Amino acid sequence: MNPIVETAEQAKQNPEYLKALKELLYQLADDDLLISFRGAEWLGLAPHVEEDVAYSSITQNTMGHAVMYYNLLEELGDGKADDLAHGRKVEERRNGTYLEKRNGEGKYLEDPYYDWALAVVRNFFYETFKKTKLEAIANSSYQPLAYVARKVLMEHPYHLAHWKLWIQQLQSSTEEAKNKIKQRVLEAWEEFGDVLELGTLATDMRKHHLITIGEEELLDRWQKEITEVLLDVPNATLGKRYGSGRNGEHTADLVQALDTLAEVYNSDKSAAW
Amino acid sequence: MYNYVEDGDSKTTAYVEQDQEKYDAFMARIEAGEKIEADDWMPEDYRQALIKLISMHGISEIMGALPEKEWVPKAPTLRRKLGIMAKVQDEMGHGQLLLRVAEDLMKPYGKTRENIMEDLLNGDLKFHNVFHMPTKTWADAGMVGWLVDGAAIISQTNMLDASYGPYQRALQRICQEEVFHAQHGESIIMALAEGNQYQRDILQESLNRWWPALLMFFGPASAETTGSSKQDIMIQYKIRKSTNEELRQAFLSKYMPRVFSLGLTVPDETIRYDQEQEKWIYKQPDWEVFKEIIRNKGPRSKERLRLREIAYENNRWVRTALATEPVSV
Repeated sequence: MNPIVETAEQAKQNPEYLKALKELLYQLADDDLLISFRGAEWLGLAPHVEEDVAYSSITQNTMGHAVMYYNLLEELGDGKADDLAHGRKVEERRNGTYLEKRNGEGKYLEDPYYDWALAVVRNFFYETFKKTKLEAIANSSYQPLAYVARKVLMEHPYHLAHWKLWIQQLQSSTEEAKNKIKQRVLEAWEEFGDVLELGTLATDMRKHHLITIGEEELLDRWQKEITEVLLDVPNATLGKRYGSGRNGEHTADLVQALDTLAEVYNSDKSAAW
Repeated sequence: MYNYVEDGDSKTTAYVEQDQEKYDAFMARIEAGEKIEADDWMPEDYRQALIKLISMHGISEIMGALPEKEWVPKAPTLRRKLGIMAKVQDEMGHGQLLLRVAEDLMKPYGKTRENIMEDLLNGDLKFHNVFHMPTKTWADAGMVGWLVDGAAIISQTNMLDASYGPYQRALQRICQEEVFHAQHGESIIMALAEGNQYQRDILQESLNRWWPALLMFFGPASAETTGSSKQDIMIQYKIRKSTNEELRQAFLSKYMPRVFSLGLTVPDETIRYDQEQEKWIYKQPDWEVFKEIIRNKGPRSKERLRLREIAYENNRWVRTALATEPVSV
């Protein structure tokens, strides 16, 4: 029988519980914030107009998910949601490093030679992971989080279906498309590892039933789903070339992302926008 | 967001002799308020005016996403991030809707969306003059929603009863969404107007900078300025109702009181409403600048077209990949 925690006030009674819960929430919030930020940079540059409409819709939903997690953190007394999203330092961020990776060459305002193969592989890997993780959180002991997870899972199938279709189409198309996807899959295989981690408080997260599966099972389930879709699955262990974002290790790409997404916020922190 | 503005170097299509009987029947239909559909007979100059109008409108929605898009990743709060994402996504959606309408009209000429994109990149198809302007601060994100979309609502509601059915129906939906956009812009503007000195400063600076572009939004009052005008044929064929100047006057009547009530000024000390003439008297913007802009020589014309071109060329492999046999899934 899982212990049920219904409110933020209740969660605050147990310091160990609270700490693990916040850690999990930062992972969820920061992952969605970063992937959504990279999506926002793509706006207006997608391969065709219909894709621009669809991708920006997904990006917008994903930002909405991040907002829900930051709001839960605000309720737990960690500060205002806006400050948590815009103001935390690089080493305080908990997103997986692969999600902060730049979209390709150039900047979003200048010479954006972005790579659609990276967008497709990254979003497919991430949305598959997001489904796996949220399904393991839908019965979380923390009721406000379980509620959000179920809500997100309702619109999530459309996001996953979108990227799955892109993978399936491109990997069965021209030689050029097949190669580009293959190269990005190989690259992701060396970098995606830390996304599947739960960080240093993984044991407490399980102990308090914040999440109902551990890292190993998360990896197994994710890999099973990926394997069903990818024609070419790398024959190697998943790597984490840039360290573990769950422990605050990040790349220069995150610095660029935070500088941009908080540019106006930083211009006057006392202002109401 | 958009308004039809003649490009100055277009040649008026000579009236081609055609079946007088069909022409009379067509005119009788639109006079009676009936809507013309894609497969109906229509005069060549009507079709060509529509193609030009709607493809320019569609491509302007898409190009119009670019100046605003500059502020999407930078929006200062989570709420503003969500708002501006939804807003710019709507604009892309309008572009898609309108390109579909234009594609149907172009079918008899064997042309497709590829032609629209190529015409944009080679300079034959213009995008709206207001989207050649730079953005500098977050206040511009508000200004585009509030006054640029506000101007667009005025010019588009003027065509809500357009004689061409597919366009008229697309406009119904677009105008409904534009009302939300104007409110979104107004909300950003209100926060700045009620904010600290820095916020009020960037707001006033933004309005000063956008002012000439807002006056130019509706195009020149007559063909004398740019050498040609499609206003007459558009009104004759019941695509639009009012002239450029009438639309500009409606814009000033709606927005000048709001501008002043927020404690803002415009960079024209002579502007006033003349009770006797029942119209706004204002200093004309520099129409020579306008002519430069519509020749893609505006402040940001080259950069915005370059973004579009990079996206188009850089993703060519994706379109090629999609053009092969679809996979079964």
